Amino acid sequence: MEPMTCLETIQAYGLRSLGIGERLLPRSDFTLCQHFTLIGSGLIWNIYFGVLALFFGFFLANALALAKAAQTPWLRKPAEWFIFVFRGSPLFIQFFLAYELLVLLPKAGINVLGITIETSWTTRAWAGALFVLFLNTAAYSAEIFYGALKSVPKGDVEAADAYGITGWSRFRRVLWPTMLRLGWPAYTNEAIFLFHATTLVFFSGFPAFQQKGDALYYANYFADKTFNPFIPYPIVGFYFICLTLLLIWVFGLINRRLNRHLPSNMRGRIRLRPQVIR
Amino acid sequence: MFEFCADPSQLSGLTWLSCYLTTGTHFNFYWSFLTVLMLLAVTAPVALAFGFGGAMAARSPLLPVSWIGKGYIAAVRGVPDIVYFLFFVIALDQGIEWTKHLFVCEDLSQPVWNGTEFRVCPEAKVPLAASSAIWHSAYAFATAVFTFALVFGAFAANVLYGAMQAVPRAQLETAEAYGMTPRQVFRRVLVPQMWVFALPGLSNLWLILIKATPLLFLLGIQDIVYWARELGSAKTSGNNPYPHGDWRVFYFLALLVFYLAFTRVSEVFLARLTRRLSHGQATLGGEQLRKAGA
Repeated sequence: MEPMTCLETIQAYGLRSLGIGERLLPRSDFTLCQHFTLIGSGLIWNIYFGVLALFFGFFLANALALAKAAQTPWLRKPAEWFIFVFRGSPLFIQFFLAYELLVLLPKAGINVLGITIETSWTTRAWAGALFVLFLNTAAYSAEIFYGALKSVPKGDVEAADAYGITGWSRFRRVLWPTMLRLGWPAYTNEAIFLFHATTLVFFSGFPAFQQKGDALYYANYFADKTFNPFIPYPIVGFYFICLTLLLIWVFGLINRRLNRHLPSNMRGRIRLRPQVIR
Repeated sequence: MFEFCADPSQLSGLTWLSCYLTTGTHFNFYWSFLTVLMLLAVTAPVALAFGFGGAMAARSPLLPVSWIGKGYIAAVRGVPDIVYFLFFVIALDQGIEWTKHLFVCEDLSQPVWNGTEFRVCPEAKVPLAASSAIWHSAYAFATAVFTFALVFGAFAANVLYGAMQAVPRAQLETAEAYGMTPRQVFRRVLVPQMWVFALPGLSNLWLILIKATPLLFLLGIQDIVYWARELGSAKTSGNNPYPHGDWRVFYFLALLVFYLAFTRVSEVFLARLTRRLSHGQATLGGEQLRKAGA
């Protein structure tokens, strides 16, 4: 077979992780271009998991933080337990457990009021793993937002009371913006951390159908085939550093907007402090 | 294990369960919990030592040494750690075998990395193909510990570096004014005082380390995840004395409970330790303790 040019490689494998393009993965004579293209193609899944889990998780996290700060134990206790379970156990185990639970769903589908709901798609990574990541990041973010909510300055709330702002509008106009502002640097780290955690998906029960996997899946494929870890893994590292920098930039813009009313020397700075494994 | 377990097909209910849970393979599963605990017990001090070295290097007045320390801290952050786990295990193995290859092999004319192969002569294999299975698993465990220590050492270095910077400057200046050498200042003033600043970060790291242990499975160790998958999968073949369906979900549930309990116990213990170390310190926590005592 003619060796491919790099452009041809990109055309053949650029969207391989979505199942578009060449079906067979390269098997021998691996080029650097193939490494970059295929691993980059896998990065689509990391971005997919990260962005969607972060987006949906944000709303659940707000609700959970409020529930944890609530007076009534009927709201507080479930929120505390949810946060404890997801923060206290390894994400790896959560993935395995969720996969095994989803496999137990009846194969034929569930019958709800005469309509059969398919269940097979829930065991696919795009749905099942996304769901776990969504719950997981919601729990971590909820703890951040809860802490931020607790450290809203007393004076802000008193000022709102003095103006007669109460209830929902006090929350929406005073508490919530301040909570976000205070929690934002920590939330940025959580977002970075979540993107890193997406690399676990295809190593934890969820199978990669037709070799459609994420960046680390393809890097692992190359390392297994070439017995040379010194090329594919640094490429994954390179991609993730780029992704992390992009994330810091986007979250920094939001941070600027959240802090726009403050004098410049009082604005919180985001410091890169990603954690390890969850 | 029990005498009544001789014929499992006659058993039912709790007696069946008690026999099922005491089979030889289940004991392997229970032992693997010890593997995890052992990994934690070995990794934590080694990672702390790596962290200490890294932090000391980063603080060094010699520029190249300081670059090495800071580079070590920076390199491990920003990239998903699972990448490091997968990378180091192969890289370490190949590094060791390649070094040994240079010394013990007679024929060095062939390249070691050749296309899709990594080839050293049989004498350079670590451990040797002929050595017993125990050595193979011990070697795998040792590389796993080293990898964990290397990755977590960078995080510990970051925490300790911050803690060393957080010790009030006046303390060090006072020590210098008393005529202590830099080495004495470091040993007698800086290190004893930095722990209270390092503890929140280190406790966090400990909790993260606990939650990282299932990744041993990815390094090819027969850990609790491995056994949970083995034991839980459906056993329906004719010669299995304890046939059952797919029970993996229960095994993983047990692992989840194990980790939650472990995390909780650690949290309680670390909270006590924090209280202990805050005693007599010029920090908010120490001040609160003083007032409560007065």
